[in-house]
Amino acid sequence: MVPPLFPSEDGMTAILRLDHLSKSFGAVTVADALSYEVAQGEALGVIGPNGAGKTSMFNLITGTFGPDNGRVFFDGKDITNMSAAKRSHAGIARSFQVPQPFSGMTVFENAMIAATQSAGLHGHEAERFCLEVLEQTELLPKANVLAGSLTLLERKRLEMTRALCAKPKLLLLDEIAGGLTEAECKFLVQTIKDIHASGVAIIWIEHVVHALMAVVDRLIVIDFGKKIAEGEPQKIMESPEVKEIYLGIEADA
Amino acid sequence: MSLQNYSVTRSSKAARVAAVLGALCVILLISAPWWAGRAEMRLLGELFLYLALASLWNLMAGYAGLVSVGQQAFVGFGGYMLFALTMFGGLHPFAAIALAGVLGALVSVPVAVLIFRLRGAYFAIGTWVIAEVFRLGFAQVSALGGGSGSSLPMAIVKSLASKRDMREALSYWLALGAAVLVVTCVYLFLRSRQGLALTAIRDNELAAKSLGIDIWRTKFTVYVVTSALTAMIGALIFLQKLRISPDAAFSVNDWTAFVIFIVVIGGIGTIEGPIIGTLVFFALRETLADLGTIYLIVLGIVAIVVMLKAPKGIWGLIRTRFDLQLFPLGYRVIAPKDDKEA
Repeated sequence: MVPPLFPSEDGMTAILRLDHLSKSFGAVTVADALSYEVAQGEALGVIGPNGAGKTSMFNLITGTFGPDNGRVFFDGKDITNMSAAKRSHAGIARSFQVPQPFSGMTVFENAMIAATQSAGLHGHEAERFCLEVLEQTELLPKANVLAGSLTLLERKRLEMTRALCAKPKLLLLDEIAGGLTEAECKFLVQTIKDIHASGVAIIWIEHVVHALMAVVDRLIVIDFGKKIAEGEPQKIMESPEVKEIYLGIEADA
Repeated sequence: MSLQNYSVTRSSKAARVAAVLGALCVILLISAPWWAGRAEMRLLGELFLYLALASLWNLMAGYAGLVSVGQQAFVGFGGYMLFALTMFGGLHPFAAIALAGVLGALVSVPVAVLIFRLRGAYFAIGTWVIAEVFRLGFAQVSALGGGSGSSLPMAIVKSLASKRDMREALSYWLALGAAVLVVTCVYLFLRSRQGLALTAIRDNELAAKSLGIDIWRTKFTVYVVTSALTAMIGALIFLQKLRISPDAAFSVNDWTAFVIFIVVIGGIGTIEGPIIGTLVFFALRETLADLGTIYLIVLGIVAIVVMLKAPKGIWGLIRTRFDLQLFPLGYRVIAPKDDKEA
């Protein structure tokens, strides 16, 4: 039997633990015996080349699809066979790499869905909470605009807003800084820092490395569904494996 | 800026005006037996039942994404239940209508479990196949007249009311009541927490799932409730017709094709759409019915033109132009006036 709680190396309790997760689609392996832990309130960065299986890893964590092998533990419970909806109730929220707004509904209504369906808030309480989050993500002036008519930056903010309105314990961010200008990126980093400071654990997949480095406590590198490096962000970025695999430069070059 | 000064409202001036006008309209329609002729009342009665069917199909297809072309299964089932329960069960027609709804819900459960395994076009075809199974099944029941059908015995018809005028009025009020009940139920449901979840599913299933919405259960609930109410409307339809046969009861043209036309023309995925669509459909039918087949050709052309020029239907066209919502489902955030520049 698996014990209910998982002390990490530093003695803190893990909010998430992946235990030898594997998943293949035919000949394509998107997760290959992937194992790691995320501590309560930790911010973990994930990098890796395109097609390395980073978004698939999020799909395995959120339950969009199940693994062929291995288990997922969240907050002390085995959630491997739990539906995506139940995992959301348990406290896992994500932002999608390609924004997935409810386009026929307003920004405020998008937020309300997360607050009522995932966080389980009701009536006035849900409305006030959505207003607060919209203010934090600076979407309040767009509250009555249909989500389908938002710009890319606003859609990314909406992804963030919805994830926050779900009151997550673990927030999964999928390339949320991609395609943003420098100023927009700065604002985003500040918002994520604030969320992190409030005690929410974060896993952040990002190609915009400097944004990532400004926030995360730890970095892992994924390639072909395998974890190939893990540790302190600066060290990982300078390691020869990362330079070879992630940046496509020969290790001895 | 202070967040305290922001407020959230779920109403609007247009909606309040619409509610008052709607209520006046319903009162006027309730009084129809005192001012309208028999033919007009029959026409209105039929219109109300089509409005109810269209609102239900719209909830199922337009919101839950369950594009069924087999709702005639439940219309016919309800109709046959009315005949069976009154003729052999000795029930009063009102009790039979209510029970037809309950039985419709029960029957829809195994049907849903079966056809929910299918997606998209396969789902649509699956529902049609089920409806054909219902039709062939009821054609085998010789007690209900087999393939040629049967008429409702006069004694049962008279149990409603002894005088013909009273019966006509009663059946008219039942149809009006059914339409008001269905539209009100759909409105209240969509305004509720579950309705918000359903609207999210309409827009994006992937995101809905990741925000804690159980898609299968939500769709299942909508399918069962829609089927139960459709069966009750079916019972009402055949209480008006007083005669039932498998071909009439399970007609894909009458109970599904026209209903889809109404919803698509009016605006799928909105409450207002089926109301406008029903009015347009009956206006076309009453003006063109004498032309025979040309009438159906015109319906087809209208459908094609609307789909090409206004894919969101007539109501979609109006809404984008005037930002109007007669049934206030949404939320509006009201910003404090002095705070606009913030």
